[in-house]
Amino acid sequence: MGSSGVSIELYVLLSAVLFIMGTIGVLLRRNAILVFMSVELMLNAANLALVAFARQWAGGDGHLMVFFVMTVAAAEVAVGLALIVAIFRTKKSIDIDNLHLFKE
Amino acid sequence: MFSVPDLSDLNAGAALPAIFLGAYACLLMIVDLFIPRTRKQITVALTLVGLGAALALSLLALGDVVEFGDGAVAFGGMYVADRFSDAVNVTVLITAILGVLVAYNYLERIRRQRSEYYYLLLFTTLGVMVMGAAGDLVIVFVALELLSIPLYILSGFRWPQEASEESALKYFILGAFSSGFLVYGIALVYGATGTTDFRALWQSIGQIVADDASSKYLLLVGTGLVLVGLGFKVAAVPFHMWTPDVYQGAPTSVVAYMSVAAKIGGFAALARVLGAGMGNLTLGGEAAAAWQSTVWIIAALTMILGNVVAIVQSDLKRLLAYSSIAHAGYLLIGVAAVGTPAVTDEAVRAVVMYLVAYAFTNVGAFAVIIAVEKDDASNTGLDSMRGLAARQPLLAASMAVFMLSLTGIPLTAGFVGKWFVFKSAVAADLIPVAVIGVLTSLVSAYYYLRIVWYMYFEQGKGEAYVPAPLAWAISIATVGTLALGIFPYLLSDLANGITLAFGR
Repeated sequence: MGSSGVSIELYVLLSAVLFIMGTIGVLLRRNAILVFMSVELMLNAANLALVAFARQWAGGDGHLMVFFVMTVAAAEVAVGLALIVAIFRTKKSIDIDNLHLFKE
Repeated sequence: MFSVPDLSDLNAGAALPAIFLGAYACLLMIVDLFIPRTRKQITVALTLVGLGAALALSLLALGDVVEFGDGAVAFGGMYVADRFSDAVNVTVLITAILGVLVAYNYLERIRRQRSEYYYLLLFTTLGVMVMGAAGDLVIVFVALELLSIPLYILSGFRWPQEASEESALKYFILGAFSSGFLVYGIALVYGATGTTDFRALWQSIGQIVADDASSKYLLLVGTGLVLVGLGFKVAAVPFHMWTPDVYQGAPTSVVAYMSVAAKIGGFAALARVLGAGMGNLTLGGEAAAAWQSTVWIIAALTMILGNVVAIVQSDLKRLLAYSSIAHAGYLLIGVAAVGTPAVTDEAVRAVVMYLVAYAFTNVGAFAVIIAVEKDDASNTGLDSMRGLAARQPLLAASMAVFMLSLTGIPLTAGFVGKWFVFKSAVAADLIPVAVIGVLTSLVSAYYYLRIVWYMYFEQGKGEAYVPAPLAWAISIATVGTLALGIFPYLLSDLANGITLAFGR
């Protein structure tokens, strides 16, 4: 398969690192857009893993899944950005620390 | 790679109820453009007609009156129209009809009568239906997003009200976060097995277990991440943090529908993925699946936290949010029992029965909150229940029925649901978690019955507004809750014969 000699483990390792970076980003970032970008990083880490595994298994399922993930992520972006714009209009801030209406 | 299948091999007829609803929702979106803004009751009526027709189709399929398509498997194994999916369809479509009925006057009152509400609700319903019929991890993911994305929008439907926007953004961020876990989990499961199809997954896992291959670690991590992703959706502890805020901030009519529909979808997916796809993932020669112990620990934590924290809540929507977390815990007992091969069918049936009972009860309880809520979203505190029985005797009686059902008192649907779930747990030798279930139910009696006490034995204004469609929804929910409780065989007949088509 392919001319590159990079082994599957390295791809999976890279995807795991990206996924963990995304997770940490979601937990630590306070700006809604950056949180959102971190989520995208998690999804794309999964995509990388899927493509790498698909090459290993020489099957189509992995590639197929990637297309679905990309499409759904685009739909999510549309809704997410709209929500962020709406909340910015009301609050003049997209800092998620300011979302504390319900703190008791 | 893959060959393009022949169209007639797809067996698309088996998916008729879902295809019908999807096509109907798309059509409604276009037809609605020609309906004047002042006459949106036409859109509402059309929505109900579509849901009713899909319900009729699903009931025909469930009752074996007509068989759509040829056998259960459609779209090359992606879609499985077995009795489980029929039961899920019926449950979610009833929930959706109730959801439309409770929404109509509420949206009018809060001046948000937009037809988007209704077709987004249809798409969410479609997502749940497809989820119940998923035969492939790809479909689980796509259906989960089809279920979630419209719900994010619906939660924010009351913009520019701050609470609604906040709840939508919170729901969105945590929902997208959980999708990330789910997709990565699916990627790892695919990496370990080389497939996403449940049938092939079952065989591949059997091979891995038999060989004790090292890819089992990859598989276990993947299963764990899938569990995390779905755990977020069903609000299981420790992934429940979003629930109280989202339920409190979102428009009440949305919560009435979402609290049930998202649970139906989430648990249908858990039953499918864990039961039909990974039921034979065992370690060290044990009979029960490896994920069983994790699921029952989560179930125990969820029941304990949900019920204990609900005690101190002073807002009805928030209280019912913690109550819904607690009920996710009871349902998870059933999911844990699915992991014991001999009990799988019984446990899946118990989960379905619990979901049906919960659908009537919980939509009803939120409908009563809609009745007492003021136009500015105030008056949802526990105090709003004081003296309700004197001014609104029927409404108070219905609320009492719902509260007794949520507690699990005999002669209500909630009791029947809990009975079968606990029974399946005992059969699966998960006695400790069944005991925790019974004990936490006792705890829950305190906060549910306190509401009944407030309504009947304390003084208050007891104001409520119950227009016709809302009254119908509450009546249907009350009758359903009582009928399923007094005649439990209605539920067990419905569940009879439900098996997960794949796997064993």
